[in-house]
Amino acid sequence: MPDLSQARRSVLEGLGSSDGAHGALSLLPPISRLIFRGRISTIGRVAAAFGVEPAMEPCRAAVSGERAALWLGPDEWLLLAREGEAPAIIGRLADALAPLSYSLVDVSHRQVGLKVTGEDAQAILNAGCPLDLDRHAFPIGMCTRTLLQKTEIVLWRVAEAAFQLEVARSFAPYALRFLQQAERDL
Amino acid sequence: MSAPFRLGAGGRIDRSRKLRFWLDRKAYEGVAGDTLASALLANGVHLVGRSFKYHRPRGIMAAGSDEPNALVSVGSGSRFTPNLRATQVELTDGLVAQSQNRWPSLGRDFGALNDVFSPLFPAGFYYKTFMWPKSAWKRIYEPKIRAMAGLGRAPTLPDSDTYTQRYAHCDALIVGAGPAGIAAALAAEAHGARVILCDEQAELGGSLLAETKATIDGKEASAWLSDALSRLSHSPNVRWLSRTTAFGCFPHNMVGLAERLTDHLPSPSEGRPRERLWQVRAKEVVLATGALERPLVFPDNDRPGIMLADAARQYLARYAVKPGTRVVVVTAHDQAYRAATELAEAGVEIAAILDIRQDASGSWAEQARGAGLHILSSTTICATSGRHRVSSVEIAPVGRDGKVGPRSRLACDLVLMCGGFTPAIHLFSQARGKLRFEERLNAFLPDGGAEGVRCAGASRGIFGLDAAIADGVAAGEAAARDAVGGGVEAAHSPVPLPKDLDGRRLDPLPHDRSPHRVKAFVDFQNDVTAKDVKLAVREGFRSIEHIKRYTTTGMATDQGKTSNMNALGIAASALDKPLPDVGLTTFRMPYTPVTFGTFAGVARGELFDPVRVTPTHDWASAHGAVFEDVGQWKRARYFPLKDEDMHRAVARECQAVRQSVGVFDASTLGKIEIVGPDAAEFMNRIYVNPWSRLEPGRCRYGVMLREDGSILDDGVVGRLAADRFHVTTTTGGAAQVLNHMEDFLQTEWSGLDCWLTSTTEQWAVIAVQGPDSRKILERLVDDIDLSAAAMPHMSVREGHVCGVPARVFRVSFTGELGFEINVPADHGRAVWQAVLDAGFSRSLTPYGTEAMHVMRAEKGYIIVGQDTDGTVTADDVGLSWAIGKTKKDFVGKRSLARPALSDPGRKQLVGLVTEDPELVLEEGAQIIAEEPTASHRSAPHKMIGHVTSSYFSATLGRGIALAMVAGGRRRMGETLYVPMPEGSIKAVVTNPVFLDPEGKRLDA
Repeated sequence: MPDLSQARRSVLEGLGSSDGAHGALSLLPPISRLIFRGRISTIGRVAAAFGVEPAMEPCRAAVSGERAALWLGPDEWLLLAREGEAPAIIGRLADALAPLSYSLVDVSHRQVGLKVTGEDAQAILNAGCPLDLDRHAFPIGMCTRTLLQKTEIVLWRVAEAAFQLEVARSFAPYALRFLQQAERDL
Repeated sequence: MSAPFRLGAGGRIDRSRKLRFWLDRKAYEGVAGDTLASALLANGVHLVGRSFKYHRPRGIMAAGSDEPNALVSVGSGSRFTPNLRATQVELTDGLVAQSQNRWPSLGRDFGALNDVFSPLFPAGFYYKTFMWPKSAWKRIYEPKIRAMAGLGRAPTLPDSDTYTQRYAHCDALIVGAGPAGIAAALAAEAHGARVILCDEQAELGGSLLAETKATIDGKEASAWLSDALSRLSHSPNVRWLSRTTAFGCFPHNMVGLAERLTDHLPSPSEGRPRERLWQVRAKEVVLATGALERPLVFPDNDRPGIMLADAARQYLARYAVKPGTRVVVVTAHDQAYRAATELAEAGVEIAAILDIRQDASGSWAEQARGAGLHILSSTTICATSGRHRVSSVEIAPVGRDGKVGPRSRLACDLVLMCGGFTPAIHLFSQARGKLRFEERLNAFLPDGGAEGVRCAGASRGIFGLDAAIADGVAAGEAAARDAVGGGVEAAHSPVPLPKDLDGRRLDPLPHDRSPHRVKAFVDFQNDVTAKDVKLAVREGFRSIEHIKRYTTTGMATDQGKTSNMNALGIAASALDKPLPDVGLTTFRMPYTPVTFGTFAGVARGELFDPVRVTPTHDWASAHGAVFEDVGQWKRARYFPLKDEDMHRAVARECQAVRQSVGVFDASTLGKIEIVGPDAAEFMNRIYVNPWSRLEPGRCRYGVMLREDGSILDDGVVGRLAADRFHVTTTTGGAAQVLNHMEDFLQTEWSGLDCWLTSTTEQWAVIAVQGPDSRKILERLVDDIDLSAAAMPHMSVREGHVCGVPARVFRVSFTGELGFEINVPADHGRAVWQAVLDAGFSRSLTPYGTEAMHVMRAEKGYIIVGQDTDGTVTADDVGLSWAIGKTKKDFVGKRSLARPALSDPGRKQLVGLVTEDPELVLEEGAQIIAEEPTASHRSAPHKMIGHVTSSYFSATLGRGIALAMVAGGRRRMGETLYVPMPEGSIKAVVTNPVFLDPEGKRLDA
């Protein structure tokens, strides 16, 4: 029996990243992703076990080291961590949260990470994203589910001129091609 | 080839950059800064097109986007655009334009016969003439009329340009960069607002571009303009967009802008988008859209060489073009005196200024008088002549009693007319703003009512440079205040209208000819005359909306920019009603035509719609799979070998699964993980099935209903732990089911402690089905006991497949022993390969959705959405066994108690087999109970059902079908009839489970 535990193939393999002159697009390597859902009273224990205090303010991401917790809804956070850490995190949270009820589901492969950087990042995203991405309206650390043309994304401003996108796996090739075209059409 | 009507100095043009261009294969020369219209006028060319209906020669009438006549086609091949206004086409070197609606040539047009026969074509002629014979309408009249009437030809090749789109937000969007718009932008920017300023022209400035004498703040107008633009360009808060038309105002201050990016460049720039659609969400909108000059309605007012007076002045001031040599001006407004004076200063002979009014005393009139221009008050035009260019006019005095006196003739090569100005309230009206009629202007003005939208300058009747700038400042400050707050308290109260307002006319000019014979044009682009509008009223049309549609006035591509008010005035007189009582027709987007490409944007080819592919897509593609679209997913339908057709490929794939083993990518199935202590209770409420006693590690086929009792979706659910369910849904139902569940959880059962997470895309699902499937799995799995005893049908285990964490289901949609391997999606491709490699080389066969469909139909398994529609209940398709009878409630339960849902005559799922085993019924075919006889073949029969699924089953060696038939379960063994065009087909009602009704194969 072959051991395929390391045999991964990204849905974006072979699609490249930036082909515009702007070099604004990049693909993010695999990471661990977990959806935590539960009542607000559980969040304190999540913070202790996960090492990031999930934001209670809507549409805000909390970051600590390589881990992040993105507020997606009043009872939903997207937890991000290094690749391969998901099982350990699931275990630690189970220990820390017992006997409270909550839901923690590994969605590491459900979506793909993209990054748009540089001074044109806003313009590239606004080719398909209807939100106001001005830094006053969409400050660093803000995250939200939104649309990129015909696909849903989670958009997160990680720096003044850098946005991280989480795209559902099967929509990722479309999203990447769309962004590549938007970059060419600047 | 030098342009004879170009002045030696002045204008905003660059005489050193000569541009060569062609109209109808004749070469001309223009200069940088020209439009096609100004360059043609500089060459003395007025005749540029033929009219829509009568094919009358037409010339350039206006100087901007209001031009009704000078429509041309530009470009060729895949870069061909018809119906462009020559006044808006920027001249480029090598530009190739063609006139339209003429054959064989602009000068000699065969269709001009229409003008001679025009008595045959009154308003609404197609409702009156050409009625008989009836059949001729479709075959002869309509195609001929369509060919004769018309604009440019549609391009025949796919557009080789690309288009792009962008969303933008701002505090203040300012539409129109004339004096009021620029003043508003400066004021809003100064108060800290994020500003977008757009203008349809290449150069920002609007009327300032044709101001040669005026001063603003002590500066020459052009200097003020360049200072203002320089200030705006240095502000990080201002984005200005030239060549950008605000074409539509949508709810909540969403304004659509069409930006033309490349048409003005000398050669098509490969790879650069041609146009960009901006969808701007503005907190405040300032409409500084100016006003449109109105033509006068007099006999034969459409000859080439008859222009709007201020348009002529603009050609002179901005493009240094003399539009004629000897001019007759006819006016009802003082602005024409300004045009006459400036033209006279440039050396153009003014034959006379005819003022229809009794007396003109404004400052422009005084200046003209002072310059010694020949002014005739109370004078009208009775006729014009000149075939391809006006050559003379016949004028006559109008007495105080309105009587027209004796005519005299004036030779001329240019007639300038001015009937006043119509504020451009199109966008304001689209924004649902209220309008009021202002008698003193004979115009509708904005009157509030549009939240966050305000007008400034001429668009709300504030004429005059200083007044417009002051109004722009006020509007800009007020917009900034409302958008960003701050200390400014700028009431934007309207500047009072000047007291001496005089200058407006909506009635046709009086003349001494029969009003039934002359053509005095109102709508130039659609060839609607004053007598057409009157005819519509005589024929009983009262509403202006009906008059508009009957006469087609205002329905051309210019949407009546120059004609609406005149048409309204004539209609009001004919109806003998005050004009405001007649009302105004609706303003619709777009303000000027927008290309389809702009709306489509990048949504072409592979970006038309997302194409969702599964982790094995590349493998399937490389192995010759034929794909089918299931929603946005591409699914492998079958895998033909060499020259196999679908029928043979599917038969082979089914056989492999039935006899040995097949492998199938089921990744598209919707998946939802439901977690929490109340998960089972939630399942009890959302599904018809009972879940409390389902043991962890076991699966159940679940059915869920809408509240009306009809089937919403189905799928196998595995219980992974007491508080964790792995739900599967249909491929197409995944999003809908998650929404349905989340909706109930949040709004009805918020007290339940369980949560939903979509895992559709987390898992790649590889179905291994067939009697040999366990042997394959055993080669790949070492931590799950796959034996029949340890892992019975409908069970789930977590473990590893080739070292990859996996959820292995023992489930079957084929009726065979089968497994579904779920692995994280990025491992899907490798595990798929491992499964293939583990297959005994002789037998493991990849199969597609078609074979899957056939095999499930052989087992009578329904597909929600194919065998069901929104009316089918669980009992109708034989699934009442799934309903938890002792459950207190579940979604749809109460509806099931309605008598109509337990009527034994309802359509029920049955099998159908045809007498002839080779026959395969058509899906969707209707079913009747009585055999149609020859004598009543065409008689109506009661349709008692329809075929929902139908295939050729290689396993059974015959065609099989599933059908919904009224009272079907009581009809077992009955012969029914499926009428088809070739004759009716006999079919016998059977159990829908065609194969292995006892399910022995499943439990192998």
